[in-house]
Amino acid sequence: MTRRLVLTLALLLVMAAGLKPGPTLAQASVILSTTTSTQDSGLLDVLVPMFEKKSGLTVKTISVGTGQALALAARGEADVTLAHAPALEKKYVEEGKMQNRRVVMYNDFVIVGPEDDPAKVKGLPAAGKALKRIAAAQARFVSRGDKSGTHILELGLWKQAGLEPKGAWYIESGQGMGATLGIANDRRAYTISDRGTWLAFQKRVSLPIMVERDRPLLNIYSVMEVNPANGPRVNAAGGKAFAEFMLSPEVQALIRTFGMDKYGQALFVPIAGKKDEDF
Amino acid sequence: MGLIAEGILHAFRLLLSGDPEVWQITFLSLQISGAATLLSLAIGIPAGTALALSRFPGRGLVVSLVNTGMGLPPVVVGLFVTILLWRNGVLGALELLYTPTAMVLAQLVIAAPIVTGLTMAAVQQVPERFRLQVLALGASRTQMTWVLVKEARLPLLAAMMAGFGGVISEVGASMMVGGNLKGSTRVLTTATVLETSKGNFDIAIALSVILLAITFLVNWALTAIQQRR
Repeated sequence: MTRRLVLTLALLLVMAAGLKPGPTLAQASVILSTTTSTQDSGLLDVLVPMFEKKSGLTVKTISVGTGQALALAARGEADVTLAHAPALEKKYVEEGKMQNRRVVMYNDFVIVGPEDDPAKVKGLPAAGKALKRIAAAQARFVSRGDKSGTHILELGLWKQAGLEPKGAWYIESGQGMGATLGIANDRRAYTISDRGTWLAFQKRVSLPIMVERDRPLLNIYSVMEVNPANGPRVNAAGGKAFAEFMLSPEVQALIRTFGMDKYGQALFVPIAGKKDEDF
Repeated sequence: MGLIAEGILHAFRLLLSGDPEVWQITFLSLQISGAATLLSLAIGIPAGTALALSRFPGRGLVVSLVNTGMGLPPVVVGLFVTILLWRNGVLGALELLYTPTAMVLAQLVIAAPIVTGLTMAAVQQVPERFRLQVLALGASRTQMTWVLVKEARLPLLAAMMAGFGGVISEVGASMMVGGNLKGSTRVLTTATVLETSKGNFDIAIALSVILLAITFLVNWALTAIQQRR
């Protein structure tokens, strides 16, 4: 019995030794809380290793909805946040939870829908007008319903249009952008997507663009540092280093062409140094 | 259908081409779930045996709790372990969140009740007369317990398979406590979720096929031990 026990314990030790332990130096890692869209675009897969090499820090990228990304940061559970919900971000900055918010890049949202376009919104210049027609026609619309940046933008558009979407035609998926596009495709519904995810799902969904290039559809990404007062273990220096990295000319140049090879068009437009009001 | 066939082909291509990321993810899944299963055996077999052989007030309640624990939803475990491991949480000073160790911990919480519950059932189904006979032959209590555990070898290996199956296939807790970090906490299940959300369905299917294959291989090996004469 003892021999078997020793064997089992030895095996456990070997297994445990193979696992990387948690970082022993608290300052050696940076927790980046960000949104699923940045992760899904693949941009961070390029940028994070670059930053790690340059700074010697390890980055833990936690991709969640924008709401959760900011909530985690406000609790001091992250060091830096890359998000895309300007109004919500500004609220966190005002409350002192986040600091030094700077714009990094933008891409845009598109309203997509079924080919036969039951609400007749194709080609409308204004997103608000399109939503009004969708609501009036009670055409099916799939909302993310997950407090993500996309969801927050969508709610803002409804509010601007003076509408409160309710009813059987308004479907809340509670899932990521990809899954939501899939549902919209199956249910022949309209939805709002960031252009990057929509491009990535071209092969699988047939939802043409209905409305695009309206100012309210602009999707601005900003980087914010977490106030060290939010918690005892915030790595403020590491967070700041990552923020500076995102705004560096080298990274901005990389963003300018990112996605070109795969989609034939860049997914983001770099805008470091500008302000929200410039758009 | 075409998509699934494509995915299966892709799985073979990924494995045969020796794609380092896929191998690393596969190996990490085995490591984490293997460690969690072994730890859950170290806790669950003694605990289950003790529960099976003892009688004490409130035993019924404890047994019911263990049986409920066998169906613990992984996301619930993930949420609580995450909150415990937060920097500002009770165990925050350990800085374990988003590490493989945290994933082992969460999977242990999922697997331990399964192993405990099944061990208890396995030991209890050995006839009491057998126990008395062993004792009558002059065995000490420790020797008797050992003989019982050996006698219950078949269901105990089934417990091990159930525990392993429960954690290798689990995604909610791994996603929450591990954070799905590339190269460090990304396992087969979380990578499948990520590739699906990216729209890379062929890679997602390939990863699923690999997951099914390794689960089969592990269970095959355990079954071989179980059915050995």
